[in-house]
Amino acid sequence: MTRREPADPPASAQPALLARGTLADRGELLGGLMLAPALAYVALLAGIPFLLAIALSFSDATAGSLRFGWAGLRNYAAILSDPVFRRALWNTIVVTVGSQALVIVLATAAAQVFRASFPGKRVARFVLLLPWAVPVSLAAIAWEWIFDSTFSVINWTLKAAGLLHGWLYWLGEPTLALLAVIIVQAWRIFPFATVIVLAGLTSIPQEILEAATVDGAGFWRRLFQIELPLLLPVTSVAVLFGTVYTATDLGVVYVLTGGGPANSTHVLPTLAFQRGILGADLGQGAAIAVFLLPLLLVVAILMLRLARHTEVGVR
Amino acid sequence: MTRRTLRRLLGRATLYAAAAALTAFAGFPFYWMLVTAFKQNRDLYVGASDLRHVPWVFNQSPTLDHVRLLLHGTEFPHWILNTLLIVAVVIAVTVALAVPAGYSLARLAGRWGERLGIAIFLTYLIPPTLLFIPFSRLVSLLGLQNSWGSLILIYPTLTIPFCTWLVMGFMRSVPWDIEEQAMIDGYSRLAVILKVVPRLIVPGILSVVVFAFTLVMQEFVYALTFISSVEKMTVSLGVPIALVRGDVYHWGALMAAALVTSVPIAIVYNLFLDRFIESFTMGAVKG
Repeated sequence: MTRREPADPPASAQPALLARGTLADRGELLGGLMLAPALAYVALLAGIPFLLAIALSFSDATAGSLRFGWAGLRNYAAILSDPVFRRALWNTIVVTVGSQALVIVLATAAAQVFRASFPGKRVARFVLLLPWAVPVSLAAIAWEWIFDSTFSVINWTLKAAGLLHGWLYWLGEPTLALLAVIIVQAWRIFPFATVIVLAGLTSIPQEILEAATVDGAGFWRRLFQIELPLLLPVTSVAVLFGTVYTATDLGVVYVLTGGGPANSTHVLPTLAFQRGILGADLGQGAAIAVFLLPLLLVVAILMLRLARHTEVGVR
Repeated sequence: MTRRTLRRLLGRATLYAAAAALTAFAGFPFYWMLVTAFKQNRDLYVGASDLRHVPWVFNQSPTLDHVRLLLHGTEFPHWILNTLLIVAVVIAVTVALAVPAGYSLARLAGRWGERLGIAIFLTYLIPPTLLFIPFSRLVSLLGLQNSWGSLILIYPTLTIPFCTWLVMGFMRSVPWDIEEQAMIDGYSRLAVILKVVPRLIVPGILSVVVFAFTLVMQEFVYALTFISSVEKMTVSLGVPIALVRGDVYHWGALMAAALVTSVPIAIVYNLFLDRFIESFTMGAVKG
């Protein structure tokens, strides 16, 4: 948003101008009244459940009864000594880092391509954005078919190209299955990151690039020494969102592998779902999900710092 | 041909190659949905180790069998209706709450409005996967298990934060002059909000509607947690969960369902993309 000078309605000038003081003219009061319903809704139905999520992780609550007994750190002790949980935690990190690394590369490349003009660009841009708009679960089911153990078109293509001699059981083998999850997560996030980076590119003053070109800087030099550093805040925004979307996503793993084979591809959300909802152990499920919190806190803090840095938002 | 033109040609070729590769990666699953949805079964179910059978193209004439099965032999039409119904209610709630809130943050709240706006926006980052467990307790307390009521109650917590932020950003880009002039002309603050602002804010409301629509269409976690009867499911839940009959995957019908659902969402989303991106970057970028 453009930050114009009188961004706040001139609260000081206006009462002097129209100092009638009736209810209908008290901006702050009206503002509060218009804001209150939304605030109340979010506070009640996001704030309280948020606290309840933490409270539940210290309880022995189950889905069957409404009892709520204190369990101390027992849930945490149970999951920390559970190899399936440790694997899920590790998988969450691997998938998030792996996919976001891919996202950075793909989005930087795609932004460079889509800043240029070429015939068919509008169609290409529409196709590029499809993965971002499609519902996660539907995309995941399509990828499940693509990675099918018997009919995988990837296997056919690799074999036809002479690159594959054995067979790849994409979703049947832990390493390949995780790789598949990383590919799908990167596929679904990079279009979004591209658009953000692209928006950042257009905001780099043209003179800087022209000056660099005049001084003899080539494409790569401009890219690595001018554009990428200047794009850092925008790219960070894209990666921060991508990190949240990936680390907290349930749909891709749930549909693609269901956590299998043999619980080897669980991530925190799918394991929390399995234990908390399917297994009816709300306490343990909540404790697993709470491990997402440190990540979210870091992201929130970085977002705030970025917002401050780029001179918008909080000052 | 000089070295310079050669370099230019090479650059151009690289550009096209990169554009083609990236677009192909993004679009490939959709092409695959399209091909699968219209292939005859004997063309579809040929093992990938048979190198003489090219799976990328139609080896036999296309068929509408899968689409017919989807529309007449499954609950898919029901799921679409269910989803649209839930979408409509959620949009109504979101507009009613987020639009006044966003306006208030942009115009009335003054200095603390900005901080409050950021706080609301940050709740957008609290993921469903952290909240579905406490919500399951809440939903059973309210007796809303396996009902649309649970989704209608919860979905606005996803839409309100971002949409409030969206409206705030939108109102900031609308010049203050018109409202100011109305006030100089003797309108009260309230009269301005009731009579002048509605005309100004329509594009902002539209983007709220679109964002809420796409978010509800995409939501999977809460639907999976709270809806268990097949006939009550939403599209994004029913297709991956309930379209599989026993162990039999009707891939043709599945891909047809994925395609029909995702393309309209993508088209609508694209129309409003720039405004969403502006909000996502928290104004770090002028869209």
